[in-house]
Amino acid sequence: MPEPAIVTEDIAKQFGDYWAVAGVDLEIGAGEIYGFLGPNGAGKSTLVRMLCTLMRPTRGRGLVAGHDVAKDPEAVRLRIGVALQDAALDDRQTGRELLDLQGRLYGLRRTERAVRVEQVLRLVDIGTAIDRQIKTYSGGMKRRLDLAAALIHDPEILFLDEPTTGLDPESRAAVWDEVRSLNQQHGTTIFLTTQYLEEADELADRVGIISKGRLVAEGTPAALKRTVGTDVIVARVESLTDRTLQALRSVPGVDEVLGTGHEVTVHAANGATVMSPVALALHGAGTSVVSLTLRTPTLDDVFLQLTGTHLQDGAEVEGAEPSAESLAPTSEGART
Amino acid sequence: MALTSSAPTTALRVQARPAGFFVDVASVARRAIRQIPREPEAVIPALIVPIFFYVLNIGALSKIAHQAGGFSFKSFELPVAVVFAVTGVSRASALVTDIQNGYFDRLMITPVRRLPLLLGLMTADLTLVMALAVPVIVVGLALGVRFHAGVLGIVVFVVLSGIWGLVFTGLPYAIALKTGNPGAVNASFILFFPITFLSTTFAPKPFLQGWLGTVANYNPMTYILLGLRSLIVGGEGIPGPAQSWNAAYLGEAVLAIAAFGAISLSLALLALRSRVRRA
Repeated sequence: MPEPAIVTEDIAKQFGDYWAVAGVDLEIGAGEIYGFLGPNGAGKSTLVRMLCTLMRPTRGRGLVAGHDVAKDPEAVRLRIGVALQDAALDDRQTGRELLDLQGRLYGLRRTERAVRVEQVLRLVDIGTAIDRQIKTYSGGMKRRLDLAAALIHDPEILFLDEPTTGLDPESRAAVWDEVRSLNQQHGTTIFLTTQYLEEADELADRVGIISKGRLVAEGTPAALKRTVGTDVIVARVESLTDRTLQALRSVPGVDEVLGTGHEVTVHAANGATVMSPVALALHGAGTSVVSLTLRTPTLDDVFLQLTGTHLQDGAEVEGAEPSAESLAPTSEGART
Repeated sequence: MALTSSAPTTALRVQARPAGFFVDVASVARRAIRQIPREPEAVIPALIVPIFFYVLNIGALSKIAHQAGGFSFKSFELPVAVVFAVTGVSRASALVTDIQNGYFDRLMITPVRRLPLLLGLMTADLTLVMALAVPVIVVGLALGVRFHAGVLGIVVFVVLSGIWGLVFTGLPYAIALKTGNPGAVNASFILFFPITFLSTTFAPKPFLQGWLGTVANYNPMTYILLGLRSLIVGGEGIPGPAQSWNAAYLGEAVLAIAAFGAISLSLALLALRSRVRRA
């Protein structure tokens, strides 16, 4: 078996009294696309900054391309490409100048730089704008240039920290295509953090779900979603009471009931069959229903089941604990 | 190797490697120098302000200087104008922008050595301040200021001023690297005033009274100005108009620059070390 591209053992980072990353074990194979999914403040960026040598772990260790990130950062830097959360560019250079400088800093010769600039440009499709100053670029173009800069030295491992946050759907799809093509055509290992479940679902071979600095589940998107069930019924209600939750739990065929705010999520093996009984139970409990939807599970349902909150419910730093009633039994876990 | 767009898998595979110390310095400097003409708003005042004050001061004070001290004020004041042009001009604000927008992190993720991240910027600064000194000197020459040693004297004048400008940048860089705060870097300009004005800026030392004379004795600027003036015909400390090189004055100027540089550059290096130390 080839050496894994990224290994972490109890890697952790403390800021003051706060553990941004509270001990994470990962093993990511060469050539894999690994999606690290979690809300803002869950610890994703801190983990990336440790793995790409910008930050020293407080505890534990990280190996990237076989090199220890704390003890041998120079060796790690030669093997990784990184696009951090905000496209880190210099507005007063042209795209080509930025890429050329990047190539120089990686020790590439003039001819190598010229060829690589053309190659990465073909991949990220910036067109003639490459000779314009970066301050004229749109957000999507900046992201693509940032990705190109991360690729100039043909890295074995690519870290993408929230590569599509703030992008319009079209630009997001373009970045996704580029990531897939890199992985398929060049075999680049990709470690991608995201707060968008569709992104993890679309791109990642395996997904790790992070909450409050800890890895709470890991597996292929399909396997993770199977832990929720085959179907999900979501009811938006005017007010949520214990009586509503009890009534739903007593419906035959219902596996799990989770309530947050004005929403109840019901997991079931066969959603179509339990839809009517669920509606009747809601009515019977005197619950006023705003909408009732049947759908297949998403990674957000997995996140909700594991943490009691939705992925998009905002930053985790403030530590919104899941309420007791919404806490799902997680002991059976989603870990594969 | 032929490359085709249809076969990315046959793309050139390159091997990243450390580029080497001097290549790193040159790469960082190259980018910084390229930025300069793209930020004319930063360069033009640095050129206009010293020339404006030079011409203004000559207009206002030449007669007084001549009557009171019998020296040529335009010759006396040219080094001050050049010092104004070269002091405080740096890429420190650009460095703060890099720190704030994450570009500095992008550089830190590359194999670039850490010292060239600063030395490259300072190389660009040295180039710029020497370029800024030249038009000020040209104005002086046009007004009739003459140098003892001709062109060589002018070259030494430019190099000394340039190196002074370079060592001064240690302060704004130290502040930029330590704070990462643009306001703090702008405020570093305040240091310019005591250093350039509590000295023989407008009058020779015998004319300075009481505390100002005492402070000027301890201000390296006094010795830098003395050294620079010694290259100019009729400048302070020159008994006759035809005296050639004065090794003592030049030596003191070099020592003053070195002493100031030892402090300012140490501060900058300490700040760089703390900035790149991975917290």
